Amino acid sequence: MEYVIEMLNIRKEFGNFVANDNITLQLEKGEIHALLGENGAGKSTLMNVLFGLYQPEGGEIRVRGKKVDISNPNVANDLGIGMVHQHFMLVENFSVTENIILGSEPTKMGVTNKKDAAQKVAKLSEQYGLNVDPYAIIEDISVGMQQRVEILKTLYRGAEILIFDEPTASLTPQEITELIQIMKRLIAEGKSIILITHKLKEIMDVSDRVTVIRKGQGIGTVTTAETNPNELAALMVGRQVTFKTEKGPAHPTEETLTVQDLVVEDYRGIAKVKNLNLTVRKGEIVGIAGIDGNGQSELIEAITGLRKVKSGKVLIHGKDVTGMKPRKVTESGVGHIPQDRHKHGLVLDFPIGHNIALQTYYTAPISKSEIMDYNKITEKAQQIIKDFDVRTQGPHEPARALSGGNQQKAIIGREVDRNPDLLIAALPTRGLDVGAIEFIHSRLIEQRDNGKAVLLISFELDEVMNVSDRIAVIHDGEIVDVVIPEETTEQQLGLLMAGHADKDKKGGKHRVE
Amino acid sequence: MSNRATNLLVPIVSVVLGLIVGAIIMLVSGYSPIEGYAALWNGIFGDLYTIGETLRQITPYLLAGLAVAFAFRSGLFNIGVEGQLIVGWFAAAYVGVAVELPKIIHLPLAILAAAVAGALWGFVPGLLKAKFRVHEVIVTIMMNYIALHVTNALIRTVSDGGDRTERIFASASLRSEFLENLTEFSRLHLGLLLALIMVAVMWFILEKTTLGFELKAVGFNQHASEYAGMNVNKNIIMAMVISGAFAGLAGAMEALGTFEYVSSKGGFTGIGFDGIAVALLGMNTPLGVVFGATLFGSLKYGALNMPNAAGIPIEIVEIVIAVIIFFVASGYIIRLLLLRAAGKKKEAK
Repeated sequence: MEYVIEMLNIRKEFGNFVANDNITLQLEKGEIHALLGENGAGKSTLMNVLFGLYQPEGGEIRVRGKKVDISNPNVANDLGIGMVHQHFMLVENFSVTENIILGSEPTKMGVTNKKDAAQKVAKLSEQYGLNVDPYAIIEDISVGMQQRVEILKTLYRGAEILIFDEPTASLTPQEITELIQIMKRLIAEGKSIILITHKLKEIMDVSDRVTVIRKGQGIGTVTTAETNPNELAALMVGRQVTFKTEKGPAHPTEETLTVQDLVVEDYRGIAKVKNLNLTVRKGEIVGIAGIDGNGQSELIEAITGLRKVKSGKVLIHGKDVTGMKPRKVTESGVGHIPQDRHKHGLVLDFPIGHNIALQTYYTAPISKSEIMDYNKITEKAQQIIKDFDVRTQGPHEPARALSGGNQQKAIIGREVDRNPDLLIAALPTRGLDVGAIEFIHSRLIEQRDNGKAVLLISFELDEVMNVSDRIAVIHDGEIVDVVIPEETTEQQLGLLMAGHADKDKKGGKHRVE
Repeated sequence: MSNRATNLLVPIVSVVLGLIVGAIIMLVSGYSPIEGYAALWNGIFGDLYTIGETLRQITPYLLAGLAVAFAFRSGLFNIGVEGQLIVGWFAAAYVGVAVELPKIIHLPLAILAAAVAGALWGFVPGLLKAKFRVHEVIVTIMMNYIALHVTNALIRTVSDGGDRTERIFASASLRSEFLENLTEFSRLHLGLLLALIMVAVMWFILEKTTLGFELKAVGFNQHASEYAGMNVNKNIIMAMVISGAFAGLAGAMEALGTFEYVSSKGGFTGIGFDGIAVALLGMNTPLGVVFGATLFGSLKYGALNMPNAAGIPIEIVEIVIAVIIFFVASGYIIRLLLLRAAGKKKEAK
């Protein structure tokens, strides 16, 4: 078999730290080759070596059998290597075409020639079934579409080998399905793909072979058809991983959270949550299943006081907290793991220790009569870092420097440590690897077993199915049904999420319609 | 090269480079850089009198720098320090002439009046930002003009059509016989002490209080601050009020120390705007502001000696001073060049 890219025994050091140690990756022409590893295992470093951003200390790179020295990204471009970045590199208020030609604008008599470029973009878009309008403005199009613009960008520059860096991290399930179609189409047209990911399901669905790395070490390459998710997870983490989260039966008692006929509007005055009713009892985990954008964010923000309630009530332990300030809600016994950890969860420029104190900085023992004791913050942070296995150099390291999984563990530590009666966890495992997901799920279940109420919001069906004791399906701002995970299937849930509720059942279940 | 060595080397190299380029400018214009720099040196450190005057010049820069830096740390760009300084200057002078009280009451009252006036001038843009999301830069720029012309009108009213107020009563003055005797009768006054106390106050607020923790959090990320239950609007207003109070105190330095009166102005004093550079030079930290204000105040005052002692026209002097400050502000570039030079040396080995 012909290899288009061979990275042989690559070694990359940063000072005393070995980021890549003896890693070999061979990409066959026309295959989708997955690169699997935990957060921080060295996947990005390896790809940055291939893309010419880092120079390796050892090993060699061959492209189409010829030894090459990729000294900078321009060399990689000329060799036909293109990268689709996880965080898109797009100018928001430029059109698709403008973004694609950015940096190598074609000119006609000294004036940028956007028309010809747009035609070329349209042609490429059609050839690969990308369905992108070359004149659309980036900020007006969906995240999935933006990603296709990134793909087009590499194709426009003549890439034969495409590197996808965690491409599904910010996509909806629908968009993921489309992306997989596109990747298969690219292969059919003769391209080769390296897929960087830690999601096993995607690898099983789409890849031909998998190269696994763990803590900077090359573990080996396996053929997808001859392996299974359990084996891959074990290779990646270095131990057996349980997928079916272990948990005993729930023993729910009285109601902790009661939401009655809640209506919440967005800034345009359009109702996003419509007469929603929901209860979460002590000692149970209620999962909210739904497709992104069906009112989940608005529901959580309304409960936690971050968004105005139009009508209806939110009760905690029977106490009305509707319209209260976020701090009052928090003090009523609510912990909140926010959906967007960078926007709401953390002050990225603060040390991680300050972030751990973000909800308690104004209370004893951290502060007394408005005077802070930063030593107490450090003590508290060290305890949470230890208890929640946050991998960091210490409380003084800026939050920005931590990996996503460790940032999330710090947030969960902060919220769980306050021992709230109601814990709201919004997409708590988004973008994390299996090891971190397992840890977070077991923490949520531990809270439940300690007699606390947990409200879990997730877009991942297996997460909702595995962790919840009851599942409330949300569609278009309403809870369309409440089901028990053991008595339902992913297909049924999927139908409910898409709005195909069982009409006969619906009438009886809802108090207000 | 170790980090500490770089940190130490960067400002030194910056200043030296600035001096070299300044020297070239003087040479090209046909003046002796040696004479020029000797005049600058003597203008700053020449004798006890000039040292006293230099310190006096540094005082309002300290407070203006603190005002800008404090707002910056809370994520706000207070361009209005100039206007807040002007109203502070007027308020202190007015209290200084309007009543005569025992010094122990009169002086604090006049200082307080300046702080309150500045705080009020900061409160307006703070409120507009908090309630209506009006950008503080626009409002503070406009508030500068309002301050300038309103105080000019008030000065005319207070002085019955004149263009300056009476001299303030001695009971409201910051002047100190001890400091004057120490510095051969310079105008160095007790305000320097007050300014240094305010440096400590800013440090205390930011690093020791819950308010400081909130202000910094809001400055970095308003969404996360709101999520954590902080009152973002209250913090925005507080930041502008405290910043304005610092700026008002800078005005008090002029009203109660340097001039002991207030006169109507044809234009801005420039201290408030220089405060932006002082704060940025000092990386918006209290100690950094001390460094920035010292550099600014010394160069500004010392430069006055260059036309007299070395015969260099004031225009050239201003260019030379600007070049030196420019190089100090370009510390980042210098750091980059130093690191690159160090890297090359390592490769050569």
